[in-house]
Amino acid sequence: MSNENEKVITPAEQNEPLDKNIKLMSPGMMVARRFFRSKLSMIGLLMIVGLFLFCWLGPVVYPVWGETQQDFSGKTEYTYSLVTYEKDGQTHSFYQIVETGKEINALAAPSKDHILGTDKDGRDVFTRLMYGGRISLAVSFIAVFAINILGVVLGGIAGYFGGIIDDVIMRICDILMCLPGFPILLIISTLLDAANVAANMRIYFLMAFLTLFSWPGTARLVRGQILSLREQEYMVAAEAMGYSTSRKIFKHLIPNVMPQLIVSMTLSLGSMILYEASLSYLNMGVRAPYAAWGTMINIVAEDSNILQNFFNVWGPPGLCIIIAVLGFNFVGDGLRDALDPKQRR
Amino acid sequence: MSENKNILPPDPEAILEVRNLEKRFVLEKTLMGKPTKELVAVNDISFKLKAGETLGIVGESGCGKTTLGRTILRLHPSNGGEIYFKGQNIAELKGKELRDLRTKMQIIFQDPYSSLPPRATVGDILSEPVLVHGIVPKSEVKEYVLDLMEKCGLRDYYYERYPHEFSGGQRQRICIARALSVKPELVICDEPVSALDVSIQAQIINLLKDLQRSMNLTYLFISHDLSVVKFISDKVGVMYLGKMMEFGDKKDIFGNPLHPYTKALFSAIPNPDPDMKMNRIHLEGDIPSPANPPSGCRFHTRCPMATEECSKCVPEYREVEPGHFVACHLCHKN
Repeated sequence: MSNENEKVITPAEQNEPLDKNIKLMSPGMMVARRFFRSKLSMIGLLMIVGLFLFCWLGPVVYPVWGETQQDFSGKTEYTYSLVTYEKDGQTHSFYQIVETGKEINALAAPSKDHILGTDKDGRDVFTRLMYGGRISLAVSFIAVFAINILGVVLGGIAGYFGGIIDDVIMRICDILMCLPGFPILLIISTLLDAANVAANMRIYFLMAFLTLFSWPGTARLVRGQILSLREQEYMVAAEAMGYSTSRKIFKHLIPNVMPQLIVSMTLSLGSMILYEASLSYLNMGVRAPYAAWGTMINIVAEDSNILQNFFNVWGPPGLCIIIAVLGFNFVGDGLRDALDPKQRR
Repeated sequence: MSENKNILPPDPEAILEVRNLEKRFVLEKTLMGKPTKELVAVNDISFKLKAGETLGIVGESGCGKTTLGRTILRLHPSNGGEIYFKGQNIAELKGKELRDLRTKMQIIFQDPYSSLPPRATVGDILSEPVLVHGIVPKSEVKEYVLDLMEKCGLRDYYYERYPHEFSGGQRQRICIARALSVKPELVICDEPVSALDVSIQAQIINLLKDLQRSMNLTYLFISHDLSVVKFISDKVGVMYLGKMMEFGDKKDIFGNPLHPYTKALFSAIPNPDPDMKMNRIHLEGDIPSPANPPSGCRFHTRCPMATEECSKCVPEYREVEPGHFVACHLCHKN
C-alpha cells in the first residue's frame, strides 16, 4: 500500500487487516473503467454526444432559419399586364410592370446566410440537418426501446416458463422472422396514405409497425440468456429462498440479461437509423417540407443535376447518417468488450 | 401408493420423516407427452431424522444424493411417497404454504462460485431473504445481517462487497449465512465442502458444527467424503443407484457395516498409518446406468458375494438391529 493510505489509518484501525482499505469496485464500475479506457468507444461516444448536441442545442443557438422556412431573397419577380383604356374616343394601351415578390433563393451556394447553402425549395440545409437529426435519432430511440420492452417481456416469459408458452411465443417469432420487413412497410405506407395520416406522423406509425416485426430477435436473445441463467445455482437458491416468481424474474434474471441487452440495443440503434433513413429516402417516411436525413438525400432521386453539382445539399445528411451509425456501433462494440473481457481475442 | 397413505401417523419425535420417497425424471416421451423412458433417481427411500441430529448421506457420483436432498426441499416435485416435516406432509404443498416452508428448510450448495448472484453485494444477498420473509422488522435488518455475518466468520466491512472479491471458502461462508438468514430448522448441505481445499474444508465443517450447536440446527449432510461424514454425522445413510442400502447410527455403520457395498466403500478410506496393511475390497466394473438399473438387488453386478437370488428379487429394506436398516439378502439371512 502506498504512503497515502497509511496516513489515513487511525490507531483504532491498525489492528484491522489491510484489505479493509482496498478500494471497492462494483462490477458496474469495472465495466465503466474498461469502457472509458478503450479509445474506439470513446470516439463513438464523442460522435454520438456531438450529434445529440448538434440536433437539440443547434436550433437554439442558431435560430436564423426554421425547418420548413423558405428563403425568398432571390431575384425580384415582375409581372407585366397590358392595360387598355379609352380616352377621347381613342384606345390606348400600355404594359404595366408589377413587382410581385421575390423568387425563392434555391440551391444557393454555401455563404454567410446559409452555412451549407439551400436546397431546391430554398430551405436552409444546415438548419434542416439539425431538425432532421432530431427526427432520425428520436424515432430510432423510441423504436429500439419499444422493441426491447416487447422482446424482454415475451422472451422472458418464454424462457422462464418454458413448455407450451415457450413453444407458442417462439413459433410466433419464427413466423415474424420469415416475413420480409420492407415490402410490408411499403404496403403499410400505402395504407397510411389512404387513411390521410398527417405527413409528420407517418414515420411514427411506420416505426410502430417495424417494432411489431423486429422484436423476435431480442426475444430470442433474452430467452436464450434466461434459459442458461435459470440453471445457475443462484437461481435454485432463489427458488429455495421462496421468492415470488416476479422477484425471481425482475430482480435475479433480468439484471443479469441487461449486459447483453444493452449491447444489442446500442448496435440496433445504428440499424434503426439506417431503416428510418431508407424509409424516408423512399419517400415513405418523413416527407417534405419536414426534414429527416433520408428525406434530405431523397432530393437527388428527382434531379440528377443536384447529384452532380450540389454536393452541399445531399452530402451533409449522408455524413450525419454515417457518423450516427458508426458512433452507435463503436459504442456497442466497446460496451461488449467492457462487459465481457474474456470474449476478446 | 395412495392406498397405504397415512396408515401410520408421523413420528412426533422426528423433525423429518421420509417414507417411500420416489423421484423419476422423464428421459423420453411420446408425441403426446406420455413418458416412455424414465430414470428413477430416488427409489423408495425412507428414513427418520431427529431434531438437532446430523444425517450424513454417502454414495458414489450419480447415485441420487443431490436429487434426494432437493426433492426433500421440494425443489423438484416428488413422484411418490411422503415427506413429513414436523408432522406435516409437505410433499403436496403449493404456493404460499410452500414459500412459508422455505424459511424452515434451507440448502447450502456444492459450488460456492455459481450459487451467489454476481451482481449483488453481500449485504443485498443476505438481507433480501430477511426482507422478503419479514424475519425481523425492517429497521433491524442491517443489524441482524451484520450479526449473522459475524457468526459465520465474515467481517462487517464485507457488507458492501461483491461475491467476485472473495475466495471459495469465504463465498461458502456467505452461502451458509444466506441459508441461515431465514432462521431455518433443517439445513440440507449438498456437498458443501467438496469444492474447497482441505484446510478450508476443516474450517467450514467446524463452522457448521458450531452453528448447529448455537442455533439448534438439523443437518442433512450430503457428501462423498467419508471422513467428513464420519466427523460431522450422528446417523449415516449409504446410497447406491437411487436406493438406500444401509442406514443407521454412525457407530453402527462405521463400526459394524453389514452391507457389502458399505464394506467396500469404507475399505477405500485412506489410512495415514504406513505400517497398516489396507484390506481394500475392489469393486469390479463401473456403476451401472441409473436409466437402466440391474434387476433384483441393484448392487448384484458388482457385489463380491452375490448369489442367484440377488439378481432375481429386490432385497427388502429391513431393520436388522434397532435403528440399523439394511437392504441385502445376505444380511437378512444371518
